[in-house]
This record gives sequence, structure tokens and C-alpha cells, in this order.
Amino acid sequence: MRKMLVVLFLLFALAATAGAQSSPLLLNAAGATFPYPIYSKWFDVYHTAHPNIQINYQSIGSGGGIRQLQAGTVDFGASDGPMSDDQLAQSKIKILHFPTVLGAVIPTYNIPGVSGDLNFTQKALAGIYLGTITKWNDPEITKANPGVKLPGEDIVVVHRSDGSGTSYIFTDFLSKASDDWKNKVGKGTSVNWPVGLGGKGNEGVSGLVKQTPSSIGYIELIYAVQNNIPYGKVQNAAGKFVKADLAGVTAAAASMKDMPEDFRVSITNAPGATSYPISSFTWLLIPAQISDAGKRDAIKGFLKWMLVDGQKFNEGLSYAQLPKSVVTKETKAISLIQ
Amino acid sequence: MLTLTFAAGILLLTSMLVYELWMNSHLSRAKFGWMFFWTRTWDPIFDNFGAAPFIYGTLVTSIVSLVIAVPLGLAAAIFLSELAPRRMSDTISFLIDLLAAVPSVIYGLLGIFIIVPLMRTTVGPLLIGSLGHVPLLGQFFKGPNYGVGFLTAGVVLAIMVVPFIISVSREVLLTVPREQREAALALGATRWEATWKVVVPWARTGILGSVFLALARALGETMAVTMVIGNDPKISASLFAPGYTIAAVIANEFTEATGDLYLSALIELGLVLFLMTFILNGLARLLIVATDRGGGHPS
Repeated sequence: MRKMLVVLFLLFALAATAGAQSSPLLLNAAGATFPYPIYSKWFDVYHTAHPNIQINYQSIGSGGGIRQLQAGTVDFGASDGPMSDDQLAQSKIKILHFPTVLGAVIPTYNIPGVSGDLNFTQKALAGIYLGTITKWNDPEITKANPGVKLPGEDIVVVHRSDGSGTSYIFTDFLSKASDDWKNKVGKGTSVNWPVGLGGKGNEGVSGLVKQTPSSIGYIELIYAVQNNIPYGKVQNAAGKFVKADLAGVTAAAASMKDMPEDFRVSITNAPGATSYPISSFTWLLIPAQISDAGKRDAIKGFLKWMLVDGQKFNEGLSYAQLPKSVVTKETKAISLIQ
Repeated sequence: MLTLTFAAGILLLTSMLVYELWMNSHLSRAKFGWMFFWTRTWDPIFDNFGAAPFIYGTLVTSIVSLVIAVPLGLAAAIFLSELAPRRMSDTISFLIDLLAAVPSVIYGLLGIFIIVPLMRTTVGPLLIGSLGHVPLLGQFFKGPNYGVGFLTAGVVLAIMVVPFIISVSREVLLTVPREQREAALALGATRWEATWKVVVPWARTGILGSVFLALARALGETMAVTMVIGNDPKISASLFAPGYTIAAVIANEFTEATGDLYLSALIELGLVLFLMTFILNGLARLLIVATDRGGGHPS
């Protein structure tokens, strides 16, 4: 027993000295959960390539990320929705947005007797989630799906119960698809849903949809791809029905001709025949002024790496790559960090 | 001295908790005032918040769980303490104590995969078809039935709290002196009469204690409830309708709450839950005092 204690003590001592010898520059970051898989991959790979920099990311949610950044407890934040004008105005520090990857949200459904991909018009999705379209054989749904025999069952609507970037993207899309939605419900990580059941997380929503006949829900594209969940096509701004895939998401981002200087842009319902309409950026939130020169250089270095080398890891984890035009623009914006 | 320090520490911790909740909810308290308790809207986009659906959901699920768990738990405890052979009783009690230690997310999964489908396909239609037609009572058993809702959450909570009731009640029943049983039997009471009219009343304070322990757990349970309640902030009479509880909405929305008033409203919900627990515990104390006046003897 005593021998074991001695060995343990020695091990601890060794670990302590090893840690002391090479103390890397530690950057703390916190925020969005949606890009967490790719962020942790990036930070890990980056640390291997640059052993003197270590980035510690806590996926506490976008709201938490913004608050922690403003409180100065983290070096940079991350958010699935861009900060609003009000939030930026209230913030004591100037914050820059840097898009990192793209994600998409897809409608999934469970209708007994119906297989194959259903087509959803924008009006149909908005109507279903507003509670104005209540049956599967509503003309708004049947007219987009000729040849499919849809039942006259009540639609069971499922949405996310937890605040999430997925809900933000979906409600942002619905706000553009329907004025009723925009005025009555609005967009946000949590909204006052007019109808439906709430499931916790992508797994909660897809679980409820799978179990409940005649139901519809929305989940992240990544989650659907990784779990082989079938999903429908959505009508885009050009009127085409598009089935979500990584290329369609990148196309939506590339089609934004007038990208604003601060990158706070919604790409839902983007123009272009191949654009998938329920897509979005996710952002890193970086303070414009970083007084610690070491940290400033480390963050700038990471951003440069992320825009070029980092993007290569995206598709392996089912995230869409940033379009070339955005990468160029962001590379220039890095110099704004001082 | 040491014990006094710890006791004071608990008091300090509780008051700090209340203080923090009170201070951090000032935005919401200032804006909504007492209306917070009656408002039925929860709208993070237009900044309009009310606690009514959550208070309702928390109370209903807790009541449903107790209605199911108390008779079951008490019956099991009586069997284990009075009828079962000692060795069997000890083995089963050991297993029940293990159940009390299972993480709540496991009960939530049990709910999702077994109870929700069962509720939708079998139990729900059966209850709606039978009790749904009874006057008055019927309004609690009306469709549509999604499988998730107040009743399912109540059932999952009942499964979670029943081990507490059994475990504590059994211990209390075992402390009833042998002489009490023997005296009752000697007076010609049957075994059932001796148990129900002498042993159980003797132990009722402890049994009530176990019930309130169970209630406290049911009020604050988060994970298992949010997985099966449907998470829809509405007040509906039907037990099959989806609802929401205070603990569940805080867990769901806290991380992504971006607005200051939104965050403040969530914290005020925490304060409301604390208040509810406080009031219910107070009532429990009163109930125990009231029943104790009988001196622990059947009248």
C-alpha cells in the first residue's frame, strides 16, 4: 500500500513538472454547441501543429458565449446567431464576427404509407408551424407532391424545446417565408411556438418524429446524415425544390452578392437555383481590441489557419465549407483585430 | 461547535441562494410584478413572460406522481416490513435502494422508449375510451393523445419516487415496537387489522415524511420530465396534453437565453420553484403536527 502511494506521488510530481516545463499559451473560448464537433477537431489539430498554443472551448450555448465574452471571462466567443444591433450597442467592448462553417436544417417526417422525399413549399412549412395547415392532405402540401397519396390525418408538429441555433435558423427561414410568422412569432433560439410538441435536442425531435405517426420536425442536416434519417426537399427562393446537401449549403452562402462588412448576414432563403434555403453561418466572436500581444497574435494565427487548412476538415464532419469569396473577405478582416 | 457551524452554513447557503435569485430577477420582477404568476404567455422574442403554465405543469405532474406512487409505495413497504420473510425483505430493500440511485436521464430514456409508446397505443386509448366518458372526471382524460404529456411525466416521476417512499416507509414501519402488534393481535385483531389500524397509524409521521421527500424530488426533477412532457407551455385540463414544468424550462432555455429580461425571467422562475417548495414543505410540517396531535394512536 505504502509503495503504491509513493509511486502515485512520484507520478503526480512528474506530471506537475512536465506541465510546468512547457506551459503553452492558453486561450479560453465558449459558446455555440452546434459547431462544437468541428471546433474541438480544429483546436485539437491546431494544438498538435502549434504546441505552444492551446485553445480551451466550452460549448455552453450561444447566449452564454456572448455573456462570457462581454464579461471578459473568455478570450473569444462563438454564436449560432449573429449578435443584434441592440446587443452590439450595449456591449462595452467592440466585437467582430467571423463566419467559420455552414450548417443547414432539414424537415423530417413520419407519415405511415408515404415513402420517398416529400416536397415542401415555403408556405406549407410556415403554415404547418403556424397551425394554419393541420392535415397532411391540405392543398398546399398535395399540390407540390403530385402522385403521392397523402392521408387526411392531423399533423403532429414537433420543435426543439431547448434554446438552440437550429431553432434560430429555422425560425429565421420561416420569418422570410411568411409575414404572419414574422409578425406573430419572430426568430430566435427559443420562440413562442404556436403549435406543437417540444423535443430536447436533435435526438429528442427525431425520436418524437420517429415514434409519432403523422408527425413532422426539423433537425440539423449533420444529425440527419450521420443517423441516416430521411428528409424532405424544400422550395428555395428560385422556386426549385432542393434536397439539402453540403454543396447546396455552400451555394447558398456563395450566392449572397452583398456580404456586409461585419459578416452579420442571414443566408436563409438565398437566391440561386441550387441554394438550399434553410442554411446559416455560425460565427466566432472576437474582440476588436486585444491588449495582450501574445493572445492577439495567437487568435489571428488561428483564424488564418481556420480559413484555409481548417476548412479541409469540414466535410469529414458533415459541415459545409465557406465559399471562396467569404474566405477572401474574412482574411482581409483579420487585420481589424488590434 | 462543529455541528453548529455546519448548521449555520446550511442557513447561510439557503439565504445566499434566495438572495442571488432575488437580485438577479429584479428586471423581470420590476417589469411584470405579480402578473408574472398569472400570465400564460412565454414569448422570448417579444419579451413577454409569465409563469402560470410552468407552475401548473409542475403541480400537476407532481400530484399525478404522488397519486400513483403513494398507494404503491405504502403497500410495498407494508408487505416488506410486515409480511415478507426478513431475508427476502432485506434483499428487495437493497434492490430498491439501488433504484433510488439511478440517474434521472435513465428514467427519461425508459419513458421515451417504453412508457411513451405504451401510453400512445394502449393505455391512452383505453383511458380515453373508458374514463373519458365519465362526467367531470372525463375532462382529464380527453384526446388528442401524443404519448407525451402530463400523465406520462407523472408516471415516470412516480417510478422515480416510489423507491423513496418504500425505503423510508419500510424503515419507519420496522421501528414500530413488537408489543404494539402483539397487543393488537391479543385483543383479537386480524393480521390486517393489526397492521392497518395499529402499525401504520403508529408510523404515520414517518410515512408522511417519506411522501414529502418524494414530493420534493418530483417538484425539482428536470431531465426525465423534459424528455416525456412535450415541453409546450400551455394549461390544459386533459392529462394527455403536452405541458411544461419550471425545472424543465430553466434547463432547456438557460444556456441560449440572450436577452437580459429573458434571463431575468428564467431566474425568477427559479425563485418561484423555490417558493413552491418552501410553501409545500411548510404545509407538510403543519400536516405532521396536526396528525401528531392524535398521539400516534388510532382514534
